[in-house]
Amino acid sequence: MSEIALEPAISVWTLRWRRLARDRAALLGLAVLILLIALCVAAPLFERTLGVSATDTDLFTRFSPPGDGHWLGADDAGRDEFTRLLQGGQISLSIGLLGALGSSLLGTLIGAVAGYARGKTDMVLMRITDGIISLPVLPLLIILAALDLSKLGFSQDFIRSGAAGYWRIVLIVTLLGWTGVARLVRASTLALAEREFVLAARAQGASAWWILSVHILPNAISPVIVATTLAMGRVILTESALSFLGVGIQPPQTSWGSMLTNAQELIGNAPELALYPGLLILVTVIAINFVGDGLQAAFDPRTDSR
Amino acid sequence: MTIPLLTAAALTVDLGTRNPVRILDGISFELQAGRTLGVVGESGCGKSMTALALIGLVPEPHRIGGSLRLGDVELNTLDAERRRLLRGKRVAMIFQEPMTALNPVVSVGQQIAEMLEVHEAASTSEARRRAIALLGQVGIAAPGERAPAFPHQLSGGMRQRVMIAMAIACRPQILIADEPTTALDVSVQAQILDLLLELQRREGMAMLFISHNLGVISEVSDEIMVMYAGRIAEQGPAAEVLARPTHPYTRGLITTMPDIRHRQRLLPVIPGAVPDPRHRGQGCSFAARCAEAEDICSEAVPALRGHLHRAACVHA
Repeated sequence: MSEIALEPAISVWTLRWRRLARDRAALLGLAVLILLIALCVAAPLFERTLGVSATDTDLFTRFSPPGDGHWLGADDAGRDEFTRLLQGGQISLSIGLLGALGSSLLGTLIGAVAGYARGKTDMVLMRITDGIISLPVLPLLIILAALDLSKLGFSQDFIRSGAAGYWRIVLIVTLLGWTGVARLVRASTLALAEREFVLAARAQGASAWWILSVHILPNAISPVIVATTLAMGRVILTESALSFLGVGIQPPQTSWGSMLTNAQELIGNAPELALYPGLLILVTVIAINFVGDGLQAAFDPRTDSR
Repeated sequence: MTIPLLTAAALTVDLGTRNPVRILDGISFELQAGRTLGVVGESGCGKSMTALALIGLVPEPHRIGGSLRLGDVELNTLDAERRRLLRGKRVAMIFQEPMTALNPVVSVGQQIAEMLEVHEAASTSEARRRAIALLGQVGIAAPGERAPAFPHQLSGGMRQRVMIAMAIACRPQILIADEPTTALDVSVQAQILDLLLELQRREGMAMLFISHNLGVISEVSDEIMVMYAGRIAEQGPAAEVLARPTHPYTRGLITTMPDIRHRQRLLPVIPGAVPDPRHRGQGCSFAARCAEAEDICSEAVPALRGHLHRAACVHA
């Protein structure tokens, strides 16, 4: 027998987590994100305990300075700025998460199919990818913003509700954002499909879907996870741009992007109204990028073994 | 002789579409239950391609001719889905390099369990239990503790045992072993060979054993098939072929085996290399390297002659 003494089997995920835990910047970014999410989720709690409202307008408290329950003062319509930022954060962060996940899932699926099927399927899918990458984004966004949803058969109730704007953004971001991940996954799949364990799996009678989901994707997932975190920051910025163009979140709901849009007219009177959401977007995107960098290092086996 | 499990008759494989290259030409053999056919030859002789043709994984684009029958089922015309379900279930394969043939991010127990989930629709817990039992069967100590390990945490010999456990998981009738011991060091080689032979005896599997090492082949085989440049050079009962080789190539291979009893300053070699399958010429493909070659050798491809012990040489 050639058995040798081994350290206890540790899963790859434990290894990756240990490496991430040693990266101070990534941990700081993670802590900041968790704090932000916790605060945003607690928005109604703050409203109740402080006795303020993020949505009700009050002409007597317009532009009131911080104090009297308004920790950061009130905005141009007398709404409490602090809780409004938290409420906007709910939307901005969840759109960031949904949009990033959605585009990564779509990209992974398309990339894996293209890379594994090869031939004509690959050609068609990759030309579609090239096509989407070469679309000019800004005019496209304006066109999508002008799209009349009632002509597409949606009910007026849905269009007037906040949900329409929300899902419109998630959809736009997903449909435009999957291309990078698709290219990443396709490249990994092409390389992995040549590996002997894929041939071995085929020799054992595994089907194409089984091989893709069990043997190829788990080996190709590292760059995808990194790309997804980085995409979150990008999506939050895109949401800001969309809201700026008026496609996005409509009152009484809000997001950091639309708060920024509203504040632009008031930049002379109340610059802090632009400053707060801008700072939050900045902090979030930096934190996410720190976490993304940390994940990239943690998932790369070349950054030492244990 | 019993009825063969698998019969290959005049099997040919052409790779490529526009300028197809004949990689295998006129391969015929039979696999019997409980017996081992040893396939030997240099690199590029078509040994591995024969294995891939058997399990139906010849790289695309290709064209396959001749007949390949598993029992009374013709495999070459079987639809892809039914062919896939035979793989692993009735015909299993072991690969040369156990490190690259195992998925690095899936635990070895899980990889064995997958076989049972794919082919026998076993439940997760049932598959897990049987995977551990299989690890024990292939001689891994403390199989329950080894099952959650990843391939990189095991030694080369243990990884090859895992590969074997995967291959025999569904109790296949035919086991193809493509250079199963080549990547292992010599002491482990012997253990793996013993394990394969014991499993074969216990399960009554037919085995197609591929190696470039005639020494290993002579230990395990009942029949030997010597391949050269995609064709059969010589085939027959192992003892017969080794004792009375009639093809000059087989004789060359036997001469090149180092012998520990004679001190040799230089190891004997067969000069030259296997010809490119695109430029094989019209005669015997070994003629260019053959000491006994005559004019007639380069005129036409010699046919396999003989009954049980056959060789493709005009001098045989």
